[in-house]
Amino acid sequence: MKVAILLYPGTWSERDFAHAFGLLGIEHEIVWHADADLHGFDAAIVPGGFSYGDHLRAGAIAKLSPATRELRRAAADGMPILGSCNGFQILCEAGLLPGALVRNTHLEFRCDWVRMRVESEETPFTRGLGGELLRMPIAHGEGCWVADEDTLLRVESSGQVALRYVDERGTATPEANPNGSTANIAGLRNEAGNVLGLMPHPERCVEDLLGGTDGRRMLEGLGARTVIPA
Amino acid sequence: MGEFVATIHVRPKGEVRDPQGEAVAGALRALGFDVTDVRTGKEIVVRFAAADDEGARDAARTMGDQLLANPVIEDYAVELGAPTEAARG
Repeated sequence: MKVAILLYPGTWSERDFAHAFGLLGIEHEIVWHADADLHGFDAAIVPGGFSYGDHLRAGAIAKLSPATRELRRAAADGMPILGSCNGFQILCEAGLLPGALVRNTHLEFRCDWVRMRVESEETPFTRGLGGELLRMPIAHGEGCWVADEDTLLRVESSGQVALRYVDERGTATPEANPNGSTANIAGLRNEAGNVLGLMPHPERCVEDLLGGTDGRRMLEGLGARTVIPA
Repeated sequence: MGEFVATIHVRPKGEVRDPQGEAVAGALRALGFDVTDVRTGKEIVVRFAAADDEGARDAARTMGDQLLANPVIEDYAVELGAPTEAARG
């Protein structure tokens, strides 16, 4: 298992992911977006940050990068791909995940800890975690997921909602929703299940020193359980 | 080839909440205006080369579709100015 961690201009969480994979003993490499060639890698991470300064819309300019073209190809080939925060925004802008992420309804940048319930096990990052409550940090101003009515019905009925913001009892309440996201959606997967996007930061909760270890449970799935189609 | 100026107006779709607009509406009310609604958007002015009016309009629409607006959440309108120069290299 070798993981590519994509680096766009303005990405800020690539070293946190590298640190996390280092702790997990998973081989990894930070890959500059313009040179991105994902052949020879088994999985890809699109980390958080502010690619291209969030100009125009978060993720809008990154979607035109060579790295994103490579992501499209690799996603179609079944490669496990995880986008966190700005990475989730890029995956939505690139059309690899449905809907869009817009300004938090309260207009604030929110830096906090949230709880999520794992709603879909059909991703390499959530396998074996169905129904589990995970506690992870967030840091974003544009994490409110929106889509038209048909898309919302489709993602709900097809099990593409992978993670939902909940309170400590596991209930999706408005108070547990940090950004006004539709139906408390914190993370989505694609239909095939190999692409997962979420607003929280699993790479920032992989050791007790960081205040939590639930991110480890999501990332270690790559080391143990991933099978790449030939 | 001529040089054209297209103004692309991007705004959130009607059904998409516009929290920035809501905040501006609140501020305008604080100024004493009887404001019922505010929608905010972006105006993007692009100066570019095209063969003729039709080519320029097509190009501006392609810019809107592929980058300037996200069709999931935004609508856009193109306003095309007259060519600024008759002939360019």
